[in-house]
Amino acid sequence: MKGPSSKDSLDISVANYEDVILARQKARELMQSMGFSLLAQTRMVTAVSELARNMVVHAGRGQMSVNSVEKLNQKGIECIFQDKGPGIQNIDQALRQGFSTSNSLGLGLGGAKKLCAEFDIQTTVGKGTRVTIREWKTR
Amino acid sequence: MIEVTILKIGDTIIVPIQTELHDLAANFLQENILKKIEKVGARGLIIDVGVVTIIDSFMGRVLVDTAKMARLMGTETVIVGMKKEVVMTLLQLGLMMQTLHTALNIEDGITLLNRLTGGNHERSII
Repeated sequence: MKGPSSKDSLDISVANYEDVILARQKARELMQSMGFSLLAQTRMVTAVSELARNMVVHAGRGQMSVNSVEKLNQKGIECIFQDKGPGIQNIDQALRQGFSTSNSLGLGLGGAKKLCAEFDIQTTVGKGTRVTIREWKTR
Repeated sequence: MIEVTILKIGDTIIVPIQTELHDLAANFLQENILKKIEKVGARGLIIDVGVVTIIDSFMGRVLVDTAKMARLMGTETVIVGMKKEVVMTLLQLGLMMQTLHTALNIEDGITLLNRLTGGNHERSII
């Protein structure tokens, strides 16, 4: 069985910090049109900001796709971040609060995980990283 | 580069952030605020984030660092106007920002600054 079925889909190339803002806007637009609460929007868009920035900082560039998804009559938003960067050596370490390889606060990846209902990460050293986050609308 | 207005009223520098800032623009703003403090001097700095819809870990750090830097130059900082959704998200993200002085709006921010810097309001009470 495949994951949740996808309806609307949008791909954005993220190569610089201005693209990060664009990625945030696109995720927010879809959530607004789906009627997500302002808090849900803020949390998800903050996670999008962290993950889109990670692609720029660690991989130089990447792709984000924003999709509206459905499972068991529940509507949701899904964002997939895919890069061909160096990958992550130790995921547990990378997800830990305060861990950073780039002189940042180290809240990005772990923070994004905490902000979303669903978080999935697949990474291969030397090949790249793919992070999927989802948020479901409460009825 | 995105320009953010930096106002000076009396002894206070007021920075109303009116747009979503990307990382480089946030760094640029930090530098301009410090330049302004150096040039004109100020007892207080108010950064109004009332229309900022998200504060992620980077923006949060820029705000905290700016306040620390301003203090080293003799200027106290108050961040005003944080939305409740932003605050709830910041806590969940793990960014506590305890070192920051905050107020609900610019007016409360000015009152707080007067107290922090021993301004007129405080003196007139006693």
